[in-house]
Amino acid sequence: MAAGIPPFEAFYEEHRTEVLRFLSRRLGRNRAEDAFQDTFLRALRAYPRLEHGDHLRAWVLTIASRIVLDDVRKRKTEVELPEVPTEENWHPAFEELAPLTEGLPPKERAAVVLRYGYDLGYDEIGTALGSTEAAARQAASAGVRRLRKENA
Amino acid sequence: MTDTVSAALDERFRAAAAAEGLLDVAYDVLPDTPIGSLLVGVTDHGVCRISFDAEPERHLEELARLHGSRVLRSSKPVDRVRLELDEYFTGTRQRFEVEPDVRFLPAFNQRILAELARVEYGTTTTYGALAEQSGNRGAARAVGTVMNRNPVPIVLGCHRVIGANGNLTGYAGGLERKVQLLQLEGALL
Repeated sequence: MAAGIPPFEAFYEEHRTEVLRFLSRRLGRNRAEDAFQDTFLRALRAYPRLEHGDHLRAWVLTIASRIVLDDVRKRKTEVELPEVPTEENWHPAFEELAPLTEGLPPKERAAVVLRYGYDLGYDEIGTALGSTEAAARQAASAGVRRLRKENA
Repeated sequence: MTDTVSAALDERFRAAAAAEGLLDVAYDVLPDTPIGSLLVGVTDHGVCRISFDAEPERHLEELARLHGSRVLRSSKPVDRVRLELDEYFTGTRQRFEVEPDVRFLPAFNQRILAELARVEYGTTTTYGALAEQSGNRGAARAVGTVMNRNPVPIVLGCHRVIGANGNLTGYAGGLERKVQLLQLEGALL
């Protein structure tokens, strides 16, 4: 076992409430329950490949955001949403951001995606990343600067 | 609060994790056996832990280090051990079918535990005899240490090993439990 990685039980117990809250806000309670299970199953599959136990909160919330994205995509094809989406939970910004931000360092990527894809406040992002509001603001702006540079 | 994880949702995830074969160790607590609460852990290879100390927090780190970090409480994988223990405690089972998983132990411990597995229900042996049978004549004390660190007591019946002079000597779960198990098996009045 790599250093600093807690047994999955401890990881799950620490983050499950926050993950469910995150998902409920984006998908509504009913869809959030399926997404909750998918999130932690995906985390369980990836868990042996973790190299350290830093930023596990940001890591699991990033997995949760991908599950949200999958869910939104699936529903989009199922119900054929109109050109201009009105559904509250649909985040077109995220769809553009996800592939675009792939090259960013994990913390900056999480900050950018949570800020611009999901409209989270810096205080919430700070909490999610296990740091502070100021650090979240800094990570997001560093990420944006890096993207500008890369895409210039 | 609507945002807390309900028991149903929690159990559903734990069951799915086991059903998809994603766990290194599934464990559960058996809260009221005749000898108190037991913590039981299983891997794909069998039962890897039975402990009289049923506080999971005191086992998680070690189980993760020995078997892999994906350690999760999940009741279904433990059902078979639960049933066999239940039958053992009610006196209807004398031999366990569930395999002990002791692959992580040193070869010396494994050899002695393999010898221990041949000691029949309702009988006792001594530390010295077990040492000799496993090809380690004179290593009674080392055998005692192996018994003390037996990761799966009851299933591997280290309670059946006593001192040469008939003293019960010791037991990781406390002497009282050793007496209780030997009485259950009819090896002690």
